[in-house]
Amino acid sequence: MSETKSESLFSKKNKALITNPLNKINPVTIQVLGICSALAVTVQMDNAIVMSVAVTAVLVLGNLIVSLMRNVIPSKIRIIVQLVIVAGLVIIVDQVLKAYVYDVSKKLSVFVGLIITNCIIMGRLEAFALGNKPWASILDGVGNGFGYGLVLIVVAFFKELFGSGALTIPGFEKFEIFKAIGIYDMGYMDNGLMLLPPSSLFIVGIYIWVQKYRNPDLIES
Amino acid sequence: MAVNRDSNVYTIIFATIMVVVVGGLLAFVSMGLKPLQSANVSNEKMQNILQAIGIEETDGVSREDAGKMFNDFVKRRITINYNGEIVSDKTSEDAIDPTDKLDAFNINLRKEYSKYVKPIMNTYKGDDAKIQEALGASEDIHFPIFVCENQGKMYYVVSASGKGLWDDVWGYLGLNDNASAITGSVFDHKGETPGLGSKITEDWFQDQFIGKTIEENGAFAPIKVKKPGNELNEHQVDGISGATFTGVGVEEMLSRNLNVYYRFFKGNPEFTGTKIIEEPIIEEVLNDSTLINLNDSSVVLSVIDSI
Repeated sequence: MSETKSESLFSKKNKALITNPLNKINPVTIQVLGICSALAVTVQMDNAIVMSVAVTAVLVLGNLIVSLMRNVIPSKIRIIVQLVIVAGLVIIVDQVLKAYVYDVSKKLSVFVGLIITNCIIMGRLEAFALGNKPWASILDGVGNGFGYGLVLIVVAFFKELFGSGALTIPGFEKFEIFKAIGIYDMGYMDNGLMLLPPSSLFIVGIYIWVQKYRNPDLIES
Repeated sequence: MAVNRDSNVYTIIFATIMVVVVGGLLAFVSMGLKPLQSANVSNEKMQNILQAIGIEETDGVSREDAGKMFNDFVKRRITINYNGEIVSDKTSEDAIDPTDKLDAFNINLRKEYSKYVKPIMNTYKGDDAKIQEALGASEDIHFPIFVCENQGKMYYVVSASGKGLWDDVWGYLGLNDNASAITGSVFDHKGETPGLGSKITEDWFQDQFIGKTIEENGAFAPIKVKKPGNELNEHQVDGISGATFTGVGVEEMLSRNLNVYYRFFKGNPEFTGTKIIEEPIIEEVLNDSTLINLNDSSVVLSVIDSI
């Protein structure tokens, strides 16, 4: 695959493929895709981080494969083809997690399998990879994966902090932040609601509010 | 060569090739990673069993180490049924054969409950006697016992499985040498509420069980999970605030399973008191020689030996 000579690997247009999904066309907060998993796997930071990495991996590989095959996929069955590619990738990710990071795979359990149904992935394959070159598709996958991960991690940060008073980062001990700075001594109690899916909706809502406040052009008239 | 991508023939050929390629790839990945995955599962089980003993040597043992240390501690693997009859008895010399479904190590706790116990409980809901009868008659329900030894002391690791609020809960408990008190516990769950019911896997909850007794006046006494903040006696532990039903589930599963083990150990005193009983007998015999039964040559021999 040779890139067109007129365009460098990180041209302005290509950079925008990564930066736009982080903010202006964020898949979760603006396009409202992939909300289901944003609600479910955000109880702990480490789950959110691993989930983001897994979704990004599937998204990048899926985009790449579909983009490479975009000229041979029969248009009549293109959705099924995309589904098979995504499903295959998800199963491989699940198997690899089970073999090498067993603890994480146990925690995420069924959610890894449910990456297949994450609308962001099918959406990007259909809307972008099917009509663009491989390199641009990879960047688009990275951008959207990060955009999804950013929201997940922000939501998980608040949920875990106020729900359990701690933060878990993969590879580190659990940080008992509230205990360490003495919030409990001031009378704070862990908020059970923060651990349940509805609180994610509140946090995503506040996230969208702040985001639109800072980017007036996102506000629909 | 121009290929008509909209033709049916092209579509069918494409679909066929794709299915074969993807299927082959997945089969290849699955075969390649299978050994690593099953080792993870079996090591985790060993880790749980070793931690449930509740001794310093196995406290916080890692998953990899558990696989290596398992046979140093677990000397016998016994499987009993609901009526306390032994259906399988293996020593640490016998390798664990994954196809031997009766080997105590291969008993799948979650399956035991959801596949065999739950249907019975649902059918005879509320009728305790019928439930007992049906559980006793079932040939599928098994209870594993891991006889462990550390520094000359015996421990028995037994299992329990039941239902929490949302889904299955299960765990291993260590019992002391006369099977009357708990020495350690490990719980796990499938889908309890994260941050609430899922706290049964945390150390503070599991450590509460250490030292609690399951015996009172020579009879079985179940462990109770109480609302936090109450005074606790030797059969009670603190529950988790906000997770009442997980606590109820844990209490129910412990009471149902430990009862079976308690009956088994009381009915088979050779397990619980081997070392304690032997010596007093000889002493008694020596002190009161008129009681010697001369027909029992082994007693005579042991008396002669000790003289």
